[in-house]
Amino acid sequence: MSFASGSLLPTMVRRERASLAATVLAPVLALLVALILNLSLYRLMGRDPVAIVYAMLLEPFMSWASFSEVLLKAGPLLLIAQGLAIGFRAKVFNIGAEGQFILGAIFASAIPVYFPQATGQWIWPAMLLFGAIGGALWASITAFWRVRLNANEILVSLMLSLVAAQLLNYLLLGPWKDPNGFNFPQSVMFQYDAMVPTLIAGTRLNVSFLITLVLSLAAFVFMQKSFSGYKLQVGGLAPRAAGYAGFKQGSAIWLSLLIGGFAAGLAGAAEVAGPIGQLQRSISSGYGYAAIIVAYLGGLHPIGIVVSALVMAVIYIGGDNAMVSANLPIAAVRVFQGSLLLGYLIAIAFVRYRLEWPKTAPKAADRSPS
Amino acid sequence: MNAPLLSLRGISKSYGQIHANQAIDLDVAAQSIHAILGENGAGKSTLMKLIYGVEQPDEGTVVWQGQPLRLASPAEARRKGIGMVFQHFSLFETLTVLENIRLVVPGRKAELAQRIKTLGQEFGLEVDPLAHVHALSVGERQRVEIIRCLMTNPKLLILDEPTSVLPPQLVEKLFDTLRRLRDGGVSILLISHKLEEIRAICDQATILRSGRVTGDVDPREHDTHDLARMMIGRDMPAPISALPQSGGEKRLEIIGLDHKPDDPFAVSLSGITLEVRAGEILGIAGISGNGQSELAALISGETVLGRDQRDRIYMMGSDVGRLDAAARRQRGFAFVPEDRLGRGAVPEMSLVLNGLLTAHPLGLLRHGLVDRKRAMAFTRDCIRQYDVRTPGPDAEAGTLSGGNLQKFIVGREIMLSPKLLFVAQPTWGVDIGAASAVRSRLVALRNEGMAILVISEELEELFELCDAIQVLHHGTLSPRLVTRDTKPEEIGRYMIGAQSLTGEEHA
Repeated sequence: MSFASGSLLPTMVRRERASLAATVLAPVLALLVALILNLSLYRLMGRDPVAIVYAMLLEPFMSWASFSEVLLKAGPLLLIAQGLAIGFRAKVFNIGAEGQFILGAIFASAIPVYFPQATGQWIWPAMLLFGAIGGALWASITAFWRVRLNANEILVSLMLSLVAAQLLNYLLLGPWKDPNGFNFPQSVMFQYDAMVPTLIAGTRLNVSFLITLVLSLAAFVFMQKSFSGYKLQVGGLAPRAAGYAGFKQGSAIWLSLLIGGFAAGLAGAAEVAGPIGQLQRSISSGYGYAAIIVAYLGGLHPIGIVVSALVMAVIYIGGDNAMVSANLPIAAVRVFQGSLLLGYLIAIAFVRYRLEWPKTAPKAADRSPS
Repeated sequence: MNAPLLSLRGISKSYGQIHANQAIDLDVAAQSIHAILGENGAGKSTLMKLIYGVEQPDEGTVVWQGQPLRLASPAEARRKGIGMVFQHFSLFETLTVLENIRLVVPGRKAELAQRIKTLGQEFGLEVDPLAHVHALSVGERQRVEIIRCLMTNPKLLILDEPTSVLPPQLVEKLFDTLRRLRDGGVSILLISHKLEEIRAICDQATILRSGRVTGDVDPREHDTHDLARMMIGRDMPAPISALPQSGGEKRLEIIGLDHKPDDPFAVSLSGITLEVRAGEILGIAGISGNGQSELAALISGETVLGRDQRDRIYMMGSDVGRLDAAARRQRGFAFVPEDRLGRGAVPEMSLVLNGLLTAHPLGLLRHGLVDRKRAMAFTRDCIRQYDVRTPGPDAEAGTLSGGNLQKFIVGREIMLSPKLLFVAQPTWGVDIGAASAVRSRLVALRNEGMAILVISEELEELFELCDAIQVLHHGTLSPRLVTRDTKPEEIGRYMIGAQSLTGEEHA
């Protein structure tokens, strides 16, 4: 683009190739900016920023117990974000991981709810599998309408999340309500065999975290090495090139949504079969939405997402700490997440663009005479 | 000699690292037709934008009718007496000719209509002032553009590649107009890369190469060979000659294909019939927008025929109308589309990954994973064999120049050793050197027995390449014309279609 000479504002100039440095720096920069912004905000509210930094960013690492809580929180975020990122790379915007997560939890809970007396080590793996299938099925509704009627997957998946929440409410207030639960909207407590075995004694961290790590590795191989992953990326970057090469758009949409739903459903199952141990209204606390931020903060790259899931989990756990010890309002964590994403979206522009400052009046001397 | 009408001294313009114009000197005499000659990317368009005030030079001076000139905008240029006709017309299709002109020139309707008619008679620019623009042929639209410029009584008229949209008959008519304008006192600056045309009409030619002036000559005193050398900096490679072939087997056959696209603005095709045999090149001529892209998508499989359309498109002997692009490629079909970025290649991906796009069946995959080593080897081969100028296989496709990317895509598709190769606009935006390399390659492949289908706007190119030509006009295809028994004028008649041909005659 041309700009009037004499203007003092810099212009955005497209880089010859994406800058690796900017790719790595963007999330770091976003984190720094969000940190400064939020700390100033806390300062304005009259809280002590030093105490908050301590509670939020250091305390989670101070003991094995609290760090295991960070990993526990990171698990579902990581799993969902890996699934979503695959779709996002293909420009299939599944915003409904929250609903797929809930359906995963519901499907998994069906086993202990209907067979509360069953025993055996098959129960928890079956629950995880059921949950993953449930999430994938819920996502397939979106895929079907997108492929069949070109219905926007953002809207359909988002609205289906609201439906999923109501479905959960219905089950908990009706057929699945624990008869001995004093009318609380929750299911029975699950039997011992319905719980995913813990990994380290004395913590709540369980085997599903290992599964998440293995699936992250699988996501890496799929996106960076496999031809199917390549096809998805071509479809995302240049849909007409995908059509030209004969990569089917319909299968890309199906695959993206099924993977996203599978991962979110598995995360939901692992949550009810893990730390919670029953089906409740508050099983999610917004994992499905937070995972979108995690996916983008991680640059939609499987390795980046591992890092960003940890960062996000620290903010969750640290935010809880700060709420207690520094008297922060409950919205503070959300504000932090929001400013983090905003900062990242701004910073990410510099991966492909750089600023060009207007040259001070062109001198004849700095050009080669011809 | 009189003082020049327009005089440029030491004009330079850079966009970032790219020096589009460097120290350009140019003198346009009064009452002359002056050509600016150069390959794509030589800096012609930039120079015209500077003269017309669209952009401002970084350095240098412009003298106009003896006065120094600094233009801030095209509007100012028009006030000073400089007009420009762009390659892509800027007319409102839903308005009449008169209404379009009134947007720029104030005045009463009757007076304007009268002036349009007088100008038309004087300079051979006949056009009905009350006709709606959408109903006009390309040639007529160009006349409207020229008339609109003439209404402001310019002293200098800039025409950007005016013949690229015209069939041969109308080119001659345009030249007649330009000569009359010159004799009427208007200087003309003509941008072109067609050497014959420039020798036919221009009094002076300034040749640009890589942003610099490499020649300032009277084109009538030099043959096309000399001009080409000044333009590309070396001798033109000799074209490879086609070996006579007798009919091989049918590799592509389209029989009475009708197609109505979903997009209401796309061109419907009707009764398309053609065949391409092994060892021959068939060319599809015609001005773009007559159904070329729709036909190309139907052949490539990017558009798949409906259930009721059977036995319309045959490749290698089987009905492929309902098969998608991948399935057609499996049968030995390869395709170079007219848009390279975003269709033939993914701009944000490296050349290695772009090689994979269609060449993955050449053993570049192992157990569903990309075999990076072999993909790399394939890309290196393609870069070397097809002389792709790039820092390396990891360069993003979007950073390559149009010509180099085209060479890469053509190379990739040829390396698939297809039975049927389809190339749409093989040399659009490609410089002369690369274009002739691509053409000789196609002829060599034909001699080896490949069946090749080419869509092109450039008649010269088709005549150089093809054994037979069919013309696409308004979604219908002319009968097959054997190239060596056909004159360009005949093709030209088909290009404008029988109906608008009569329209041209009464005009």
